[in-house]
Amino acid sequence: MALSNAIEIRNVVKRFPGPGGASDAAVVAVDHVSLEIRDGEFFSLLGPSGCGKTTTLRMIAGFEHPTEGEILIHGRPMGLTPPYQRNTNMVFQNYALFPHMTVGRNVAFGLQMKKVSKDAIERRVQEALAMVRLPDFGPRRPNQLSGGQQQRIALARALVNRPELLLLDEPLGALDLKLRKEMQIELKNLQKEVGITFIYVTHDQEEALTMSDRIAVMHQGKVLQVGSPTGIYERPNCRFVADFIGETNFLSGVVDGQDGDVVTVLAGDGLPIIVEAEGSYARGTQVTVAVRPEKIRLLPNPLKGSQNSFPCQVDQVVYVGTDTRFLVRLPGDIALTVRAQNVISTPDPSGYYSEGGGPVHAIWPSDAGRLLTD
Amino acid sequence: MTDASTTRQNNSLLAAIRRRPGLGVLALIFPSLFWLVVFFFLPLVIVFVYSFLKRGPYGQIVWEFNLQNYARFFDPLYLRVFARSFKIAGITTAVCFLLGYPMAYWMATRPPRWRNTLLLLLMIPFWTNFLVRTYAWILILRDSGLVNNALLGLGLISEPLPLFGNDLAIVIGLVYGWFPDMVLPCYAAIERLDFSLVEAAQDLYANELRAFARVIFPLTLPGVVAGSILVFIPSLGAYVTPDLLGGARSVMIGNVIQSQFLSVRDYPFGSAFSFVLMAMMLVATLLYFRVGGRTL
Repeated sequence: MALSNAIEIRNVVKRFPGPGGASDAAVVAVDHVSLEIRDGEFFSLLGPSGCGKTTTLRMIAGFEHPTEGEILIHGRPMGLTPPYQRNTNMVFQNYALFPHMTVGRNVAFGLQMKKVSKDAIERRVQEALAMVRLPDFGPRRPNQLSGGQQQRIALARALVNRPELLLLDEPLGALDLKLRKEMQIELKNLQKEVGITFIYVTHDQEEALTMSDRIAVMHQGKVLQVGSPTGIYERPNCRFVADFIGETNFLSGVVDGQDGDVVTVLAGDGLPIIVEAEGSYARGTQVTVAVRPEKIRLLPNPLKGSQNSFPCQVDQVVYVGTDTRFLVRLPGDIALTVRAQNVISTPDPSGYYSEGGGPVHAIWPSDAGRLLTD
Repeated sequence: MTDASTTRQNNSLLAAIRRRPGLGVLALIFPSLFWLVVFFFLPLVIVFVYSFLKRGPYGQIVWEFNLQNYARFFDPLYLRVFARSFKIAGITTAVCFLLGYPMAYWMATRPPRWRNTLLLLLMIPFWTNFLVRTYAWILILRDSGLVNNALLGLGLISEPLPLFGNDLAIVIGLVYGWFPDMVLPCYAAIERLDFSLVEAAQDLYANELRAFARVIFPLTLPGVVAGSILVFIPSLGAYVTPDLLGGARSVMIGNVIQSQFLSVRDYPFGSAFSFVLMAMMLVATLLYFRVGGRTL
């Protein structure tokens, strides 16, 4: 079962009745989504709020049922199976710990419902609490715990059942930045340790990139792209993905010609940008070239060869600690953001790269850009 | 007195309050405290004192300390009245819960814009005078009332069902009378419930019934406790409902007290009886709170 599918989502549509009741137009929350998630994978559903990621997760858990299409867990069609008959467990956004029970009873709840023997429950609860590094917290009440501790208990409560799938709905959303970063690494390690498939919903692209084996980017109910963090970041397949994940320069223009896999695009009033692309593009096609700010270098002299090299003017320099951001202007008034790591403590003692300094040259190789047709 | 000196006086009053914040609190609670002491606490003291005195031959109060009034309570006649009252109040509370909780649950889980309308609909009948509504039940329940006439007319029964002038009629009247007092606290508790907890329970393999028993009910128990107390206590001391709907043998504590004060004119015994009732209510309430409080 090493490479089998933990979950298969086949052409699923979810419509909710409109706000005005049955007479109102239905809201399409999930729009023909198909996904295959492999066993043991850390899979993220990433997208802005309202993109359908949580609804997709809730359909996997069984809290909602697809209007159309099918969801299979380990090859079994789920149909209308209620949540309590699915071998999935969920970590809720607000943790949803039972306030009237101790931590120990919270963690034991699932096992009790499954009628596991008392001794086994006791042992497994202890193991689960030890796993989330809160071994002595059994007798406490949830309201006596900090946010991070509640988070861990919610994890223990789900993992103690050894589910086929662990579903996580923005579980780190309520934590502060530092704790969130710690928990990201801890979650990832935990997932490797227990080997359970994690399906993780988040709107935080950095979080998704840090933890996931694969990511599905969702927007307006549709899955736009599925891929590894590198694939999503380096090779976005559309403008939305390129824009949502990280920072990107969009240079729109028309295709001028193609030589093998190198396409020349005329941006602005005729700036020839070369970019590598698969497929063939007819001359005159409207396209966008997406270039990450950190892929562009600013150098004092132009560069010859298979690189883009354009003289430009520095409009603004923003020091952001690890990096410096330059806002530069290419010929034809094309604005471009460039990011340079502050490898040397003072980036420019000469003032050459300062605002109004230069002229400098913005340089990036043809394989640094991405040709997008939307 | 000039304006200036008035202002200065006000200032010094404010200054005094600022120096001693306790004074401000006292000023704020004084009106209600005064009201409670004069119109609630003092009459209670009078009744308490009466309960240790004696009735004179013409119903007057004789100032002679004794415990006879309290001893009379143990007369089997009165013990039976107490037992029946507890039974009727208990059944009323149970029926109110069994009917009211599902209704509160249904109301609290409607879309928010419907909830206030539903609450209003629940309250509208109670804008009518209580006495009038109780009389209405006579018209419905008596032998020639709506229910019996309808059933007789349909040929379903050959003689009227005994719906009126007994304990059943009292329970019906009391359930009707105190129903909102059960529904409202339950509604408030259910509406406050975080339904993601119910989803969490279902996610952890609890079916609907177990999710209810383990999560929904325990978390809404404070509402049930409050509703039960609000129904049980007035039911236990009910006087109008058993008087109008009950029969000659369906006497409750309230009727005994009423007759002691108004017919027999035995104020001391009526007072003692009232105090026994109050003591029992207090004990019942404390017990109930302890049971409810432990699980919370």
